[in-house]
Amino acid sequence: LPAAVLLKDTKLMDVKLGQLGSWLAMSDFTPGGITGALRRGYDRYYNKYINVRKGGLGGFSMLLAGYVVLSYVWSYSHVKHDRRRKYH
Amino acid sequence: LLVLSAPAALRALPPPVAVGVLHTTRPLHTTQQSLAPVPPLPEKGGEVRHGFIPEEFFQFLYPKTGVTGPYMLGTGLLLYLLSKEIYVINHETAAAACILTVIIYGIKKFGADVAAFADKLNEEKVAAALAMKNEAMQALQTAIEEEKKEQWRVEGRTYLFDAKRNNVAMLLETNYRERLLMVYNEVKKRLDYQVAMQNLKRQKEQDHMIQWVEKNVVQSITPQQQKESIAKCILDLKALSKSAHAAV
Repeated sequence: LPAAVLLKDTKLMDVKLGQLGSWLAMSDFTPGGITGALRRGYDRYYNKYINVRKGGLGGFSMLLAGYVVLSYVWSYSHVKHDRRRKYH
Repeated sequence: LLVLSAPAALRALPPPVAVGVLHTTRPLHTTQQSLAPVPPLPEKGGEVRHGFIPEEFFQFLYPKTGVTGPYMLGTGLLLYLLSKEIYVINHETAAAACILTVIIYGIKKFGADVAAFADKLNEEKVAAALAMKNEAMQALQTAIEEEKKEQWRVEGRTYLFDAKRNNVAMLLETNYRERLLMVYNEVKKRLDYQVAMQNLKRQKEQDHMIQWVEKNVVQSITPQQQKESIAKCILDLKALSKSAHAAV
Protein backbone atom coordinates (compact mmCIF):
# COMPACT_ATOMS: atom_id res chain seq x y z
CA LEU A 1 0.00 0.00 0.00
CA PRO A 2 2.78 2.52 0.65
CA ALA A 3 4.14 1.46 -2.76
CA ALA A 4 0.82 2.33 -4.39
CA VAL A 5 0.82 5.82 -2.89
CA LEU A 6 4.39 6.32 -3.94
CA LEU A 7 3.68 5.13 -7.49
CA LYS A 8 0.83 7.57 -7.85
CA ASP A 9 3.06 10.44 -6.80
CA THR A 10 6.18 9.46 -8.73
CA LYS A 11 7.17 11.48 -11.72
CA LEU A 12 6.94 10.02 -15.18
CA MET A 13 10.69 9.75 -15.63
CA ASP A 14 11.00 7.68 -12.45
CA VAL A 15 8.31 5.17 -13.38
CA LYS A 16 9.68 1.84 -14.55
CA LEU A 17 8.46 0.50 -17.88
CA GLY A 18 6.58 -2.37 -16.26
CA GLN A 19 4.72 -0.03 -13.96
CA LEU A 20 3.71 2.32 -16.77
CA GLY A 21 0.29 0.76 -17.24
CA SER A 22 -0.64 0.94 -13.58
CA TRP A 23 0.79 4.44 -13.34
CA LEU A 24 -1.42 5.62 -16.18
CA ALA A 25 -4.40 3.91 -14.60
CA MET A 26 -3.79 5.65 -11.31
CA SER A 27 -3.26 9.14 -12.66
CA ASP A 28 -5.86 11.81 -12.33
CA PHE A 29 -7.96 12.32 -15.47
CA THR A 30 -10.64 14.56 -14.02
CA PRO A 31 -10.93 18.01 -15.65
CA GLY A 32 -9.42 19.51 -12.53
CA GLY A 33 -6.56 17.06 -12.66
CA ILE A 34 -5.89 17.69 -16.34
CA THR A 35 -5.97 21.45 -15.82
CA GLY A 36 -3.61 21.04 -12.90
CA ALA A 37 -1.24 18.96 -14.97
CA LEU A 38 -1.28 21.50 -17.82
CA ARG A 39 -0.73 24.34 -15.37
CA ARG A 40 2.18 22.53 -13.77
CA GLY A 41 3.73 21.76 -17.15
CA TYR A 42 3.37 25.37 -18.25
CA ASP A 43 4.87 26.62 -15.00
CA ARG A 44 7.83 24.28 -15.31
CA TYR A 45 8.58 25.30 -18.90
CA TYR A 46 8.04 28.99 -18.15
CA ASN A 47 10.21 29.07 -15.06
CA LYS A 48 12.98 27.10 -16.70
CA TYR A 49 13.32 28.82 -20.07
CA ILE A 50 11.52 32.17 -20.07
CA ASN A 51 11.36 33.61 -16.55
CA VAL A 52 15.12 34.14 -16.26
CA ARG A 53 17.40 37.14 -16.32
CA LYS A 54 19.24 36.47 -19.57
CA GLY A 55 16.86 34.25 -21.46
CA GLY A 56 18.06 33.06 -24.83
CA LEU A 57 16.33 32.14 -28.04
CA GLY A 58 15.97 28.49 -27.05
CA GLY A 59 12.88 28.94 -24.93
CA PHE A 60 10.86 30.44 -27.74
CA SER A 61 12.34 28.49 -30.66
CA MET A 62 11.56 25.17 -28.93
CA LEU A 63 7.92 26.17 -28.85
CA LEU A 64 8.13 27.17 -32.52
CA ALA A 65 9.69 23.85 -33.47
CA GLY A 66 7.01 22.01 -31.54
CA TYR A 67 4.33 23.99 -33.34
CA VAL A 68 5.93 23.27 -36.72
CA VAL A 69 6.02 19.54 -36.00
CA LEU A 70 2.45 19.54 -34.72
CA SER A 71 1.13 21.41 -37.74
CA TYR A 72 2.97 18.97 -40.07
CA VAL A 73 1.40 16.07 -38.22
CA TRP A 74 -2.04 17.61 -38.59
CA SER A 75 -1.57 18.28 -42.30
CA TYR A 76 0.05 14.93 -43.14
CA SER A 77 -3.11 13.51 -44.67
CA HIS A 78 -3.04 16.43 -47.07
CA VAL A 79 0.73 16.31 -47.73
CA LYS A 80 0.56 12.57 -48.40
CA HIS A 81 -0.53 13.25 -51.97
CA ASP A 82 2.77 14.97 -52.85
CA ARG A 83 4.78 11.78 -52.35
CA ARG A 84 7.06 10.83 -55.24
CA ARG A 85 6.73 7.09 -54.88
CA LYS A 86 3.72 5.11 -53.94
CA TYR A 87 5.50 2.22 -52.25
CA HIS A 88 8.37 2.61 -49.81
CA LEU B 1 -40.00 50.39 22.15
CA LEU B 2 -38.96 46.83 21.58
CA VAL B 3 -36.43 47.99 19.00
CA LEU B 4 -34.96 50.49 21.39
CA SER B 5 -34.61 47.98 24.15
CA ALA B 6 -33.16 45.28 21.88
CA PRO B 7 -29.49 46.22 22.41
CA ALA B 8 -29.91 46.26 26.15
CA ALA B 9 -31.70 42.95 25.99
CA LEU B 10 -28.96 41.49 23.83
CA ARG B 11 -26.31 42.74 26.15
CA ALA B 12 -28.05 41.13 29.06
CA LEU B 13 -27.72 37.69 27.44
CA PRO B 14 -24.82 35.49 28.54
CA PRO B 15 -21.84 35.68 26.15
CA PRO B 16 -21.71 32.96 23.47
CA VAL B 17 -19.54 29.94 24.06
CA ALA B 18 -17.15 30.80 21.23
CA VAL B 19 -16.05 34.08 22.77
CA GLY B 20 -12.33 33.96 23.45
CA VAL B 21 -11.85 30.71 21.54
CA LEU B 22 -9.56 30.83 18.51
CA HIS B 23 -11.23 29.00 15.62
CA THR B 24 -8.28 27.10 14.33
CA THR B 25 -7.08 23.55 14.42
CA ARG B 26 -3.67 24.11 12.88
CA PRO B 27 -0.92 26.04 14.58
CA LEU B 28 -0.29 29.50 13.18
CA HIS B 29 3.02 31.16 12.46
CA THR B 30 5.17 28.17 13.21
CA THR B 31 7.27 28.11 10.05
CA GLN B 32 9.67 30.58 8.53
CA GLN B 33 7.64 30.80 5.34
CA SER B 34 6.89 34.22 4.05
CA LEU B 35 6.30 35.70 0.63
CA ALA B 36 9.13 38.17 0.92
CA PRO B 37 11.96 38.42 0.15
CA VAL B 38 11.30 36.75 -3.16
CA PRO B 39 14.24 34.63 -4.31
CA PRO B 40 16.11 36.23 -7.23
CA LEU B 41 15.54 35.03 -10.80
CA PRO B 42 18.00 32.49 -12.16
CA GLU B 43 20.69 34.02 -14.33
CA LYS B 44 20.39 31.84 -17.40
CA GLY B 45 17.63 29.59 -18.63
CA GLY B 46 17.91 25.93 -19.47
CA GLU B 47 20.53 25.12 -22.07
CA VAL B 48 19.27 24.48 -25.58
CA ARG B 49 21.45 23.09 -28.31
CA HIS B 50 21.00 24.10 -31.94
CA GLY B 51 18.05 26.19 -30.95
CA PHE B 52 15.46 23.50 -30.41
CA ILE B 53 16.90 20.48 -28.56
CA PRO B 54 17.25 20.81 -24.80
CA GLU B 55 20.61 19.92 -23.35
CA GLU B 56 19.02 17.34 -21.04
CA PHE B 57 18.47 15.07 -24.02
CA PHE B 58 22.21 14.94 -24.78
CA GLN B 59 22.97 14.31 -21.12
CA PHE B 60 20.34 11.62 -21.04
CA LEU B 61 21.99 9.72 -23.92
CA TYR B 62 25.60 10.44 -22.94
CA PRO B 63 26.18 7.48 -20.54
CA LYS B 64 25.06 4.94 -23.13
CA THR B 65 26.15 6.43 -26.45
CA GLY B 66 28.72 9.10 -25.67
CA VAL B 67 28.92 12.44 -27.40
CA THR B 68 27.90 11.46 -30.94
CA GLY B 69 24.91 9.40 -29.86
CA PRO B 70 22.20 12.01 -30.21
CA TYR B 71 23.59 13.13 -33.58
CA MET B 72 23.56 9.58 -34.85
CA LEU B 73 20.03 9.25 -33.60
CA GLY B 74 19.10 12.46 -35.36
CA THR B 75 20.69 11.43 -38.64
CA GLY B 76 19.09 8.01 -38.58
CA LEU B 77 15.73 9.48 -37.75
CA LEU B 78 16.01 11.99 -40.58
CA LEU B 79 16.98 9.36 -43.13
CA TYR B 80 14.15 7.14 -41.98
CA LEU B 81 11.64 9.94 -42.31
CA LEU B 82 12.92 10.84 -45.76
CA SER B 83 13.20 7.33 -47.10
CA LYS B 84 9.78 6.30 -45.93
CA GLU B 85 8.46 9.66 -47.06
CA ILE B 86 6.93 10.31 -43.73
CA TYR B 87 8.44 13.74 -44.34
CA VAL B 88 7.51 14.60 -47.90
CA ILE B 89 9.73 16.93 -49.95
CA ASN B 90 7.55 19.36 -51.82
CA HIS B 91 7.26 23.09 -52.45
CA GLU B 92 6.83 23.68 -48.73
CA THR B 93 10.27 22.22 -48.10
CA ALA B 94 11.89 24.82 -50.37
CA ALA B 95 9.94 27.57 -48.68
CA ALA B 96 10.92 26.29 -45.25
CA ALA B 97 14.57 26.10 -46.29
CA CYS B 98 14.58 29.72 -47.49
CA ILE B 99 12.78 30.94 -44.41
CA LEU B 100 15.11 29.06 -42.09
CA THR B 101 18.17 30.39 -43.89
CA VAL B 102 17.01 33.95 -43.54
CA ILE B 103 16.03 33.48 -39.89
CA ILE B 104 19.30 31.87 -38.94
CA TYR B 105 21.31 34.49 -40.80
CA GLY B 106 19.38 37.23 -39.05
CA ILE B 107 19.86 35.67 -35.65
CA LYS B 108 23.56 35.12 -36.16
CA LYS B 109 24.07 38.68 -37.30
CA PHE B 110 21.83 40.70 -34.98
CA GLY B 111 21.38 38.35 -32.06
CA ALA B 112 24.01 39.83 -29.80
CA ASP B 113 22.83 43.42 -30.34
CA VAL B 114 19.20 42.63 -29.67
CA ALA B 115 20.17 40.69 -26.57
CA ALA B 116 22.24 43.61 -25.30
CA PHE B 117 19.35 46.01 -25.93
CA ALA B 118 16.88 43.79 -24.10
CA ASP B 119 19.32 43.39 -21.24
CA LYS B 120 19.67 47.15 -21.03
CA LEU B 121 15.91 47.56 -20.77
CA ASN B 122 15.79 44.99 -18.05
CA GLU B 123 18.65 46.66 -16.22
CA GLU B 124 16.84 49.97 -16.30
CA LYS B 125 13.69 48.43 -14.87
CA VAL B 126 15.61 46.68 -12.14
CA ALA B 127 17.60 49.83 -11.38
CA ALA B 128 14.40 51.86 -11.11
CA ALA B 129 12.87 49.35 -8.72
CA LEU B 130 16.08 49.23 -6.70
CA ALA B 131 16.21 53.01 -6.56
CA MET B 132 12.64 53.10 -5.30
CA LYS B 133 13.47 50.55 -2.65
CA ASN B 134 16.54 52.44 -1.55
CA GLU B 135 14.62 55.69 -1.45
CA ALA B 136 11.94 54.12 0.64
CA MET B 137 14.52 52.71 3.02
CA GLN B 138 16.28 56.06 3.20
CA ALA B 139 13.03 57.85 3.91
CA LEU B 140 12.23 55.41 6.67
CA GLN B 141 15.71 55.82 8.09
CA THR B 142 15.38 59.60 8.20
CA ALA B 143 11.94 59.17 9.73
CA ILE B 144 13.48 57.03 12.46
CA GLU B 145 16.12 59.64 13.16
CA GLU B 146 13.54 62.41 13.25
CA GLU B 147 11.51 60.38 15.68
CA LYS B 148 14.51 59.88 17.92
CA LYS B 149 15.19 63.60 17.83
CA GLU B 150 11.60 64.29 18.77
CA GLN B 151 11.93 61.93 21.67
CA TRP B 152 15.04 63.77 22.78
CA ARG B 153 13.21 67.05 22.48
CA VAL B 154 10.43 65.76 24.66
CA GLU B 155 12.93 65.41 27.50
CA GLY B 156 13.17 69.18 27.63
CA ARG B 157 9.55 69.57 28.52
CA THR B 158 10.45 70.07 32.18
CA TYR B 159 12.09 73.38 31.27
CA LEU B 160 9.11 74.38 29.22
CA PHE B 161 6.73 73.72 32.05
CA ASP B 162 8.95 75.53 34.54
CA ALA B 163 8.89 78.59 32.30
CA LYS B 164 5.15 78.35 31.96
CA ARG B 165 4.73 77.98 35.68
CA ASN B 166 6.87 81.04 36.20
CA ASN B 167 4.77 82.98 33.73
CA VAL B 168 1.57 82.03 35.46
CA ALA B 169 2.96 82.92 38.87
CA MET B 170 4.08 86.26 37.51
CA LEU B 171 0.65 86.98 36.13
CA LEU B 172 -1.00 86.08 39.40
CA GLU B 173 1.40 88.28 41.34
CA THR B 174 0.86 91.21 39.01
CA ASN B 175 -2.87 90.87 39.23
CA TYR B 176 -2.77 90.66 43.00
CA ARG B 177 -0.66 93.79 43.29
CA GLU B 178 -2.87 95.69 40.90
CA ARG B 179 -5.89 94.87 42.96
CA LEU B 180 -4.09 95.76 46.14
CA LEU B 181 -3.27 99.17 44.69
CA MET B 182 -6.85 99.66 43.61
CA VAL B 183 -8.11 98.82 47.09
CA TYR B 184 -5.65 101.24 48.64
CA ASN B 185 -6.66 104.00 46.25
CA GLU B 186 -10.34 103.52 46.85
CA VAL B 187 -9.99 103.47 50.59
CA LYS B 188 -7.81 106.59 50.51
CA LYS B 189 -10.36 108.37 48.38
CA ARG B 190 -13.11 107.63 50.86
CA LEU B 191 -11.02 108.69 53.82
CA ASP B 192 -9.99 111.89 52.02
CA TYR B 193 -13.61 112.65 51.45
CA GLN B 194 -14.39 112.29 55.09
CA VAL B 195 -11.47 114.54 56.02
CA ALA B 196 -12.51 117.12 53.48
CA MET B 197 -16.04 117.05 54.80
CA GLN B 198 -14.87 117.68 58.32
CA ASN B 199 -12.60 120.50 57.21
CA LEU B 200 -15.37 122.06 55.23
CA LYS B 201 -17.74 121.87 58.16
CA ARG B 202 -15.18 123.41 60.50
CA GLN B 203 -14.47 126.17 57.97
CA LYS B 204 -18.08 126.98 57.49
CA GLU B 205 -18.77 127.07 61.18
CA GLN B 206 -15.79 129.35 61.72
CA ASP B 207 -16.77 131.73 58.95
CA HIS B 208 -20.30 131.87 60.09
CA MET B 209 -19.35 132.55 63.66
CA ILE B 210 -16.92 135.32 62.70
CA GLN B 211 -19.49 136.91 60.51
CA TRP B 212 -22.10 136.74 63.21
CA VAL B 213 -19.73 138.19 65.80
CA GLU B 214 -18.69 140.98 63.48
CA LYS B 215 -22.24 141.82 62.61
CA ASN B 216 -23.26 141.94 66.24
CA VAL B 217 -20.29 144.05 67.19
CA VAL B 218 -20.94 146.50 64.41
CA GLN B 219 -24.57 146.63 65.40
CA SER B 220 -23.64 147.26 69.03
CA ILE B 221 -21.50 150.25 68.24
CA THR B 222 -23.83 153.20 69.00
CA PRO B 223 -23.29 156.55 67.38
CA GLN B 224 -22.12 158.01 70.75
CA GLN B 225 -19.41 155.39 71.04
CA GLN B 226 -18.43 156.03 67.45
CA LYS B 227 -17.86 159.72 68.11
CA GLU B 228 -15.89 159.05 71.24
CA SER B 229 -13.66 156.54 69.53
CA ILE B 230 -12.98 158.79 66.57
CA ALA B 231 -12.02 161.72 68.98
CA LYS B 232 -9.69 159.35 70.85
CA CYS B 233 -8.07 158.26 67.63
CA ILE B 234 -7.46 161.85 66.58
CA LEU B 235 -5.82 162.67 69.96
CA ASP B 236 -3.64 159.56 69.68
CA LEU B 237 -2.60 160.55 66.22
CA LYS B 238 -1.67 164.05 67.30
CA ALA B 239 0.40 162.64 70.17
CA LEU B 240 2.14 160.29 67.81
CA SER B 241 2.85 163.05 65.31
CA LYS B 242 4.32 165.15 68.05
CA SER B 243 6.60 162.37 69.17
CA ALA B 244 7.51 161.77 65.52
CA HIS B 245 8.30 165.49 65.02
CA ALA B 246 10.39 165.31 68.15
CA ALA B 247 12.27 162.25 66.90
CA VAL B 248 13.11 163.93 63.66
